[in-house]
Amino acid sequence: MSQVLDETGGRRRPAEEALVHVALVLATIAALYPVLWVVSLALSHGESSAGRVLPIPEHLSLGNFREVVGTHDRATGTWIFGRQLANSLLVSLATAAVGVAIATPAAYALARFRFAGRERGVFLLMATQMFPGVATLVPLYLILEKLHLLDSRAGLVLVYATTAVPFCIMQLRSAFEAIPVDLEEAAMVDGASRFQAFLRVALPAARPAIAVTSLFAFMGAWNEFILAATLLSREESFTLPVALQRYVGEHGASWGHFAAGALIVSVPVMALFYVAQRHIVSGLTAGGVKG
Amino acid sequence: MGLSARRAVAALYALAAMLAVLVLPWPVAADEPGKLVVWHAYRGAEQEALDRLIDRFRAAHPSAEIRVLAVPFDAYASKLEAAILHDQGPDVFFDAHERLGSFRDKGIVAPIDDELLRDRGAFDPVSLRALTIDGKTWALPVARKCLALYLRAPSWPGDAAPHSLDELVVLARKTHRPTLAYEASNAYAHAPILHGFGGRILDAEGGRDRYAFADGPARDSLAWVLGAMEAGAIPEEASGALVTQMFTTGSGTDAIGADAAISGPWLAGELPATLVYHVVPIPPVHAAGGTPTRPYLTVEGAMRAPTPRDPALAKEFLAFVVSTEAAIVRAKVGRQVVATNAAWRDPALRDDRFLTGFRRAADDAIPMPTTPGMRAAWEPTTRAIQKVLRRDLSPADAIEEAKHRFLDVTRPPPPRRDPRPMLLLLGLLALIGAGQLLRVARDPEQRRAIRASLPAYAYVTHAVVIVLLLVVVPLVLGAATSFFAGPPQQLHYVGLANYFEILSARGAPLLSSGSFYAVLGVTVLWTVVNVTLHLAIGMALALLLSRPVLKLRGVYRVLLVVPWAVPSYVSALAWKGMFHRQLGAVNAVLGHLGVEPIAWFSRFSTAFAANVATNVWLGFPFMMVVTLGALTSIPREVLEAAEVDGATRWQRFSRITFPLLRPTLAPSVVLGAVWTFNMFNVVFLVSGGEPDGRTEILVSEAYRWAFTRQAQYGYASAYAVLIFLLLLVTTRGLKRREVTR
Repeated sequence: MSQVLDETGGRRRPAEEALVHVALVLATIAALYPVLWVVSLALSHGESSAGRVLPIPEHLSLGNFREVVGTHDRATGTWIFGRQLANSLLVSLATAAVGVAIATPAAYALARFRFAGRERGVFLLMATQMFPGVATLVPLYLILEKLHLLDSRAGLVLVYATTAVPFCIMQLRSAFEAIPVDLEEAAMVDGASRFQAFLRVALPAARPAIAVTSLFAFMGAWNEFILAATLLSREESFTLPVALQRYVGEHGASWGHFAAGALIVSVPVMALFYVAQRHIVSGLTAGGVKG
Repeated sequence: MGLSARRAVAALYALAAMLAVLVLPWPVAADEPGKLVVWHAYRGAEQEALDRLIDRFRAAHPSAEIRVLAVPFDAYASKLEAAILHDQGPDVFFDAHERLGSFRDKGIVAPIDDELLRDRGAFDPVSLRALTIDGKTWALPVARKCLALYLRAPSWPGDAAPHSLDELVVLARKTHRPTLAYEASNAYAHAPILHGFGGRILDAEGGRDRYAFADGPARDSLAWVLGAMEAGAIPEEASGALVTQMFTTGSGTDAIGADAAISGPWLAGELPATLVYHVVPIPPVHAAGGTPTRPYLTVEGAMRAPTPRDPALAKEFLAFVVSTEAAIVRAKVGRQVVATNAAWRDPALRDDRFLTGFRRAADDAIPMPTTPGMRAAWEPTTRAIQKVLRRDLSPADAIEEAKHRFLDVTRPPPPRRDPRPMLLLLGLLALIGAGQLLRVARDPEQRRAIRASLPAYAYVTHAVVIVLLLVVVPLVLGAATSFFAGPPQQLHYVGLANYFEILSARGAPLLSSGSFYAVLGVTVLWTVVNVTLHLAIGMALALLLSRPVLKLRGVYRVLLVVPWAVPSYVSALAWKGMFHRQLGAVNAVLGHLGVEPIAWFSRFSTAFAANVATNVWLGFPFMMVVTLGALTSIPREVLEAAEVDGATRWQRFSRITFPLLRPTLAPSVVLGAVWTFNMFNVVFLVSGGEPDGRTEILVSEAYRWAFTRQAQYGYASAYAVLIFLLLLVTTRGLKRREVTR
């Protein structure tokens, strides 16, 4: 094998290789250490792991997981954890679908058309990301009440989707900008309308970016609990993060259950990251690659 | 029809079906008889007891539809207020008597029917009095909660108990081991000792709040705690978790433990079932001639909303919950010190040493004042105690500072202003806007531009409408609140007074701790340090990961992204636990390296570092992934050519790689900076502003004004608007520089 070059074009040396692995292993340990504590807490039922260096519980127990997953409603016997998991999934998937569906055409227009009010719109979108959420909670509650959407999945989806829209638009806009215009123009020369060109040419080409943007919208909704706790008023309509928050009380908390719940909440996102990892890398920066 | 088109249609149907499911409403609670909604924030044994009672009530009312909601404690009060006012709330709810005053003022609680109170002698008189304001009783007494002294066998066998707290200090001097676990720096836990010296935190006599943490009693109580700490009797930097840990461990092992602890009934739920202990009222500080150490008493009441769905059913449920039968269940299962007198005739309750111990403690306790001043008193008092125990200030100076803080937070809202100038201004702006629109509509060139834009508008209109309605309107309404002040239900217009107060640092020196400018300085430092580290670490890891030949690349890449996938509130709490002085993993690791344990949250530098460590951990994967993506666009030939020309590694990075990454990374860096600037979770959950509010950033400071300092929403929104303007101006400036470059 001839020369192999490193990231900046240098020649490869074995000692350096080892150093790189040492650095990466150290970084990985740092990245995983706090998460391993959460795992250890979740697996140790009713014992304390205080003051230890290694996050390994003395006695392994799945009791916390069993108790968190096995929550049932007393009156009706419904499997309340199942309901809440379903709520979380449904709300997050719908948020991703609705948010991206709203954002995609708008992002396309920003990337391909010059129109009156375009600059101002982009500026407004960026500006919405700067206002601290603390101040908008109460007005949002009032608006949803007027729309009769309080305590409903639809209301929650609407709120999540709209708060996700500005970010989605900005992401997707750069993705569309990165796609060469020639393809769509060729399609239009062949008789396709602008909309058909968008649907048949631009949209498929932007698929990785759309997938990644959906993942972010999904994640935002999946992890959110302040809005959900404020807007939802029935145990069977709660999402998982709200249910999780129940394990933390005024005095003390049941950290084992909290940790077990936290892991259950985190696993789907990790799985999605794993599945989408290659797309994440290309999708996130598609816009910047225009050179 | 082609296959792909069919698939697209199928996907559309699936989406439509999903939307239909979402839009179909849940059965909405109508105001109708036979319905009862109960809210509570109980956990564990208390929740179990309430659930059992509700089961019984259901069995007795088979046709009634009874719904129970266990609300997360953090969301409880605000949710109650919002929901009841909009007829979405409970008919009956459980809460502490301290909040009754504000609930009554806001009209979310109704007085209890006389019929239910015909036999007032059935209840504990102190509890009943605590739930009575202006001659009306607003809740039925459910249970009493206060602090007491837990004592462990075998050191304190049977009924053995110390005669004074001094005795425990003397014991500690002798044995060189801690003897009393309690949260010394917390104002609520300090209150009994303060009362033992004849002091008070708040004097609420006659309805006027006077801050009373002053003079001899306050100084003496602080000096006593400091002495006990120096004698090694009580732990430094104690948290609730540490108290539980120490009392569970006991003095028998090598680990730090104590055989006595001051805590409330909630501690029992955290202790192992095998532990043998008993509970007594807190003894006086000094054995001879001391004032009793009376803790604060909280009375939990069953409250009724003003318009219950079925008034008769709600009334029946209230009567049932405080009945003797139900009280016995609550005492036995929920371990509550119930306020129904007849229940105590049950031998099981009478012989229960835990319950009787807390009952005796409650008999001595001082009901917590219900005035708004009490809520404002906790923060300054706790901070003063912390400062003394960390030896940052002398007791006298700390007390003086606390008094100023209290006066500052409780000072009356700015006076009402005439809203006409503002309305005039708004009207004028609206006119100018309308004029502009008209001009645009008349101008043929503009009309042509708009007509040319019509196809584009077809793509954006729906997004514009929805963003305007659910993002921009709440934002504008929130911003408008900043022109108002006063308690939430009685807001009045004050013009720019909130802004004026913030920008003039409330009359204090401009750079004093906690002023807008000091907090802004911390926020800027916080943003710069975090973004720099995110970028440096993220970029370094991305460069390593993008080496052409690297074993295990996929494994590294997946594992390094894990911090991103965990919800940020979970990781923030995990990090807070790791920085715990006595129990945390960070100090354990440092201990193995021979470093003395560090009290992370007692100094600005270390507390700030703890926050930064947490936030860097949370944020570097994003930068790493962005950089990885950007690196794929750098042509390898350029780098190879540079190497052939003899460029060093650093030259290749600084002259080629970095400049090529810049345009791609710039938007992400700006977005990351905006997010970091407003990163509320980490600061609030990890350091919580400690020490003394100095690690607070602007957003968390706004949150404190809105939620812990007498609900000054107007003031908090003025903070939010200032944050918004600062970010807007800065990012615009940066953009302009970027463009001119």
